[in-house]
Amino acid sequence: MKIDNEVILNIAELAQLEVKDEMISQYADKMTAMLNLIEEMQSVNTDNIEPVSNPLDAVQTMREDKVTEKDLRDEYQAIAPEVDSGLYLVPRVVE
Amino acid sequence: MTDWHSKTIKEMSIDLAKGEYSSEELTRHFLKRIEQHEPNLNSFISTFPEQAISLAQQSDEKRREGNSEPLLGIPIAHKDIFCTKGQRTTAGSNMLDNFISPYDATVVENLKTAGTINMGKANMDEFAMGSSNEHSAYGNTRNPWDLARVPGGSSGGSAAAVAAGLCAAATGTDTGGSIRQPAAFCGVTGLKPTYGRISRYGIIAFASSLDQAGPITRTAEDAAIMLEAMAGYDPKDSTSINQPVPSYSAKINDSIEGLKVGICKEYFTDGLDRNIEAAIQDAVTELEKLGAVISEVSLPNTKHAVPAYYVIAPAECSANLSRYDGVRFGHRCEDPADISDLIKRSRSEGFGEEVKSRIMVGTFALSAGYYDAYYRKAQQIRRLIKNDFLDAFKEVDLILGPTTPSPAFKIGEKSNDPVSMYLEDIYTISVNLAGLPAISLPAGMAQGLPVGMQLIGSHHSEAQLLNAAHQFQQQTDWHLKSPGLANAGTTEGKPL
Repeated sequence: MKIDNEVILNIAELAQLEVKDEMISQYADKMTAMLNLIEEMQSVNTDNIEPVSNPLDAVQTMREDKVTEKDLRDEYQAIAPEVDSGLYLVPRVVE
Repeated sequence: MTDWHSKTIKEMSIDLAKGEYSSEELTRHFLKRIEQHEPNLNSFISTFPEQAISLAQQSDEKRREGNSEPLLGIPIAHKDIFCTKGQRTTAGSNMLDNFISPYDATVVENLKTAGTINMGKANMDEFAMGSSNEHSAYGNTRNPWDLARVPGGSSGGSAAAVAAGLCAAATGTDTGGSIRQPAAFCGVTGLKPTYGRISRYGIIAFASSLDQAGPITRTAEDAAIMLEAMAGYDPKDSTSINQPVPSYSAKINDSIEGLKVGICKEYFTDGLDRNIEAAIQDAVTELEKLGAVISEVSLPNTKHAVPAYYVIAPAECSANLSRYDGVRFGHRCEDPADISDLIKRSRSEGFGEEVKSRIMVGTFALSAGYYDAYYRKAQQIRRLIKNDFLDAFKEVDLILGPTTPSPAFKIGEKSNDPVSMYLEDIYTISVNLAGLPAISLPAGMAQGLPVGMQLIGSHHSEAQLLNAAHQFQQQTDWHLKSPGLANAGTTEGKPL
């Protein structure tokens, strides 16, 4: 499969990454090489094969719905780029 | 100059108990070696000399009070992917250059409780994505056996530091071979346990269904000691195995007479270096002398492991790394124009090229219209690979093969050809896909570089793996070889 520039720009948008114009074709080449490697999978017959999501086929474990952790908001916000009154700040979203 | 750094944890523990030297003296010895060799190796991203000495003094005090835990006062390093409270934890990325972890990973806490001294945070490929340490934002670690070569990756700093005698042991993580491959390249022992055996809580996530922590040590016996402290059920990790941790050291001296070892025929193909093949054949002979019964096994879907992995791992990484948005922690770009600019530019500036490529591939594989053809297909192939192993383990106890197809390659040799780098992981990746435990141990030399032999066990068989590995190390002395350190300070391409 050949990845073209349009696909790259679309994936970059989905991945929330900025791809500079001069890098687009480089990404396209690299992704084409990776997809050629991956493409080999299509030769394998996987009819009626159950996919593995957990290697031990374990199911999601649940815990009791009980508060176990203390409130560490101040500690966690101490490493944030910008906070005010317990809130994370970002550029204005709504005018 | 003493040779304390070439001792095993087991030996250091005995010496400390006898009072041959104190943990403070041992720690100062390692710190001196770090000072001496780090300029050549670059195996650490951060070191904590003052804190290490203070912890060592506390452990000496505990010993005087009668404490004799096997890891008390032993200096180790943590791969910089493990969160350590109050210390910078970068995952080898500019994204987390300013990240001071507000909590300890469970592994860090467990090893702290066991009495280890944390000397520093080991260098690694960014977010554990790489097989050479060339993808670290902090410069690549060099292989102590040949400074022009890579130490392997992604736990390359951990393996190089142990091999060079800068710490007694180190933690690592293994998503597709990231403990075993650097252990093989650096001539040390590296164990990847069964998926879920060690808690992933506080380990910066790469691919959650594959990631597993483990120890890098000089010997299998030391790996057993480390694993006993690291492993255990953790309610904070929903994939943690809720089973008691056996005493891995207890059975390590058992005879392996009658142990059924399968040689995987698919591992001995054209891509395998002839010297590595010869070393592995010699290792098989040694195991036979110990009473192991050798037979051939087949894992027919081996060739599909790399393609399936390079869908699953990027897909999971693209989801896991979506949390880095410049809002709550990590890198934030200067003067964002709006929220979209903030997120995109923070991510684009913070992540390195390899990480961005993998996020892109993963995003593509999970995007509308492609999920079934890529992600689901890869997860189905994963079942076929797992079934191959389950079938083989009906016939044999362990599977043996090389850890890597070639010895450590030169820095820069494969950096322009990612696919050829990915193929380096051919023997290790299928183990992660199946969630199995495996160990790499030194088993010879090829062109003056260490050769790693991999033993793979069935789920939860760490005790048996460590027993076989320890018995092999009683019979051979490859694990005792260390890079020549007499010429410290020499230039690229020469041994240290």
